[in-house]
Amino acid sequence: MDKQILIIILGTAVVTYLPRMLPLVVLSRVRLPEVFLRWLSYVPAAVLAALLAPGLLLPDGKLSLAANPYLLAAIPTGFVALKTRSMALTILTGMVAMVLIQR
Amino acid sequence: MQPQDEIVPRNVTVAPLMWQGVRAAMPIVLGYLPLGFAYGVLAREAGFNLWETVLMSVLLYAGSGQFIAVSMFSSGMAAAAIIFTVFLVNLRHLLFSASLVPHLRRFRPGALALLAAEITDETFAVAINHYSDHEASLPYHFSLNLAAHFSWVLASLLGGLAGNLMGDPARFGFNFALPAMFIILLVMQLKDKKTLIVAALAALFSVVFALLWPGSWNIILATVIAATLGVFLEPWTSKF
Repeated sequence: MDKQILIIILGTAVVTYLPRMLPLVVLSRVRLPEVFLRWLSYVPAAVLAALLAPGLLLPDGKLSLAANPYLLAAIPTGFVALKTRSMALTILTGMVAMVLIQR
Repeated sequence: MQPQDEIVPRNVTVAPLMWQGVRAAMPIVLGYLPLGFAYGVLAREAGFNLWETVLMSVLLYAGSGQFIAVSMFSSGMAAAAIIFTVFLVNLRHLLFSASLVPHLRRFRPGALALLAAEITDETFAVAINHYSDHEASLPYHFSLNLAAHFSWVLASLLGGLAGNLMGDPARFGFNFALPAMFIILLVMQLKDKKTLIVAALAALFSVVFALLWPGSWNIILATVIAATLGVFLEPWTSKF
């Protein structure tokens, strides 16, 4: 194995693991303040929106509102998500919509 | 209850939870297969051999981090710069890990340290969504994590083996599998006006920050600001 590549693999693995592990292991030992728990309750919705929005609006890193296949595919997908609340149906709708839009 | 009865329900309850975790991982697998495959192809092009390609998926296991690492490596960047960039990109996992604390705090630290190794955007999103109306469970969480991780490693291996043989996975709509999963998970998180407002703010900030600064700072910044505003706006938003 290339030594440089091995250093990169091990180094990136360590610096990725620590932020994944430390809060879960350390914070679960202490009593969390109520305001922090309220803050945490907003994190899932916030992080999902923060992950999703650039993927839909900036498919190539630039703002794209017209003729954007991701934004177009999101419309039926969001509709099915709201109506059915089914993960499988939503994802299937999204993939089929994407195939049709990209043709 | 007779003593032997206690053993049977135990065996009966773990297996369905594990199966539930594997099933919950299926949309993630659908998204990871083409993405991991693409990573495998890119890593080989960047000069990784097959084992290095696969080892990175086993140990680092972070999609965007791996793409960034191999592309920086192929453009001749120093190991230290690559490691620091990946650190910044994956810092958002701090938030995921912290928001799992209220659900998982009763479990042993050793188990949590193992479970934390496989926290990704997708496994976190699926698990936290499940825990909003189910009790947290280690068999569920570990099997969700392992199924997702396994598919990522397998896809990297296949990508590393196949190189450029396959065409664009986008032809089959795979490029929308993960966005579609985020859509349904977000819809399920929107329980009241307060979370709706926080999500809208996070989306707006994330897009603006992504335009201002490349990288994935936008995710951590937008999340922190939107969640903080959510707490501060509570006296006002709870009037709706």
